Amino acid sequence: MAHIELKNIRKSFGLVDVIKGVDLDIRSGEFMVLVGPSGCGKSTLLRLMAGLEDITSGEMLFDGQLVNALAPSRRGIAMVFQSYALYPHMTVYENMAFGMQLAKSGPEAIKQRVHQAAEMLQITPYLERLPKQLSGGQRQRVAIGRAIVRDPKVFLFDEPLSNLDAALRVATRLEIAKLHHQMHTATMVYVTHDQVEAMTLADRICVLRDGLVEQVGTPLELYENPQSLFVAGFIGSPKMNFLNGEIASKWGASTIGIRSEHIEIGERDGAWKGSVVHSENLGSDSYVYVDIGGDEPVIVREEGTSHHKPGDAIAIAPFPDKVHRFDKSGKPMQR
Amino acid sequence: MTTDAAVPSTPVVLTRKIESELMKSRVASAMWFLIPMLAALAVVAGWPLLRTIYFSFTNASLTDLYGAEFVGFKNYLSWTTLKSGRTIFSGLLVDPAWWNAVWNTVRFAVVSVSLETVIGMIVALVLNAEFKGRGIVRAAILIPWAIPTIVSAKMWSWMLNDQFGIINDLFLNLGLISQKIAWTASVDTAMTAVLIVDIWKTTPFMALLILAGLQMVPKDVYEAARIDGVHPVKVFFRVTLPLVQPALMVAVIFRLLDAMRIFDLIYVLTPNSSATKTMSVISRENLFDFDKFAYGSAQSTLLFLIIAVMTALYIWLGKVRFDGGDR
Repeated sequence: MAHIELKNIRKSFGLVDVIKGVDLDIRSGEFMVLVGPSGCGKSTLLRLMAGLEDITSGEMLFDGQLVNALAPSRRGIAMVFQSYALYPHMTVYENMAFGMQLAKSGPEAIKQRVHQAAEMLQITPYLERLPKQLSGGQRQRVAIGRAIVRDPKVFLFDEPLSNLDAALRVATRLEIAKLHHQMHTATMVYVTHDQVEAMTLADRICVLRDGLVEQVGTPLELYENPQSLFVAGFIGSPKMNFLNGEIASKWGASTIGIRSEHIEIGERDGAWKGSVVHSENLGSDSYVYVDIGGDEPVIVREEGTSHHKPGDAIAIAPFPDKVHRFDKSGKPMQR
Repeated sequence: MTTDAAVPSTPVVLTRKIESELMKSRVASAMWFLIPMLAALAVVAGWPLLRTIYFSFTNASLTDLYGAEFVGFKNYLSWTTLKSGRTIFSGLLVDPAWWNAVWNTVRFAVVSVSLETVIGMIVALVLNAEFKGRGIVRAAILIPWAIPTIVSAKMWSWMLNDQFGIINDLFLNLGLISQKIAWTASVDTAMTAVLIVDIWKTTPFMALLILAGLQMVPKDVYEAARIDGVHPVKVFFRVTLPLVQPALMVAVIFRLLDAMRIFDLIYVLTPNSSATKTMSVISRENLFDFDKFAYGSAQSTLLFLIIAVMTALYIWLGKVRFDGGDR
């Protein structure tokens, strides 16, 4: 249980400013996902919370207490690393027990806590193995188990799924979501570059760009009301379609954005005419790429299987109430 | 001397059944790559070793190498029973000078390698930390190791000189000693002098090997330890040391092999001092100075056996893995 406040946090490495004044409020028990493209400073921000890096300026408060100069081990945090960071020469059990052993906890208490965590993550059969004898997914579960054993107020995840293959990523993502429900009092901060992870796990998402907070909100807020072109383009898959020039000026905006599921195929008022460039059939739905004269083809989502072939002439129409309008500076305009 | 051959080359034995054409061609090409090295080894190490072992069973002398006669184990051990019933043993195995040399060698090897390991570890830990000018320091620390042993031995022998040496002068002026010490000539200090020079010279090598091992330790493990709140000293003993141990064991064996056959440093620094005479020094003495070629050969052979046994023991007991350990 910890309420984390960041007040005008800055971090520079030498002359390079990585974090340029971040204000962020992470509520107690919340699952906050920091998301952004690589190099936006999200991992650095997490490491500042962990205390692995020194804060250049600004204030970091845990439950109202200033922790700027507090050692990582005294912040009540646990961290799960992208590379697992397990001690290679220790068994799974020893890896999980190491922190408690050093804290001079009783052997019974250690044993109980480790087994409880192992049970939770279904790694009990591997307790006597070395990390190198485990698969990537198992290793990451051990790393999560080690974090649980610490019984922290705050869990910090640094891209924990990036080293796993697609199937494992989904499975482990579920594991982390479950963990959040089981340990609902613990605050979790999770860094990822994958907006799907952000959307599926987060209570709230903080989109970072270039060392600054772009927008903070629930996944749906970000999806439905992006406060900038950047967020609109970053959240959602496939990417939101952006159109500018003449098409946008008809809507009285510098750029308009429309998601692929908010476009209908068919002739009607205000429809855009174009030709099919490509279509992707995913089984349950399909994406049709339509060239209407913009810089990039417009992606249209279609239920079921698409029968449009490249070169087919086609008319597509956006749902007028779902069109996002942006001004020159990339800020949204009133709908 | 044939002590170089004491390095046991890991035998390349293909016990697996050769299953396929591919495997066959791989083995064939491996053979071709190995043949030049094996041939060179056979000529420069194998042949001299066999010759030395052969000479140790003869009465060869420098003046008459080819007229040597086979005398069995006489060089190693022989005995005559006097009329009085007393048995007199002679030969290498009962030669106190030889066993003194063995003891000197072992003492030198153990003390120098232990100290070099500890100091080398400290130096490596310092060099592994990030600081300005690290590259220059890393290069500078290698200088003692880069200087040829003969040169550094001569240099130290001047520095340690009892009359004009800078060390005596320094210690006198600092009041550490009340009178000049004949470091290299005195029986009490000769071994210390040799140890100091050897440690000065070879610690950089040790440090570099350990540094290579340290750089293999992933950084995130240290971060995990920081979050676990592990005290730095404990991090060293519980995390760093176990992780560099494979590299450390290999470094120690290199140094141990080297130290067991030390010759040049002692030959230059403390010639003819029974306090520092090692196996290599004494066998060379017999081979060439005393014209007891067969006896010197016997000593060389025994030197080879002792090093081979010690190395095998070390590898076996220490479970040394030459692949550097996996993680």
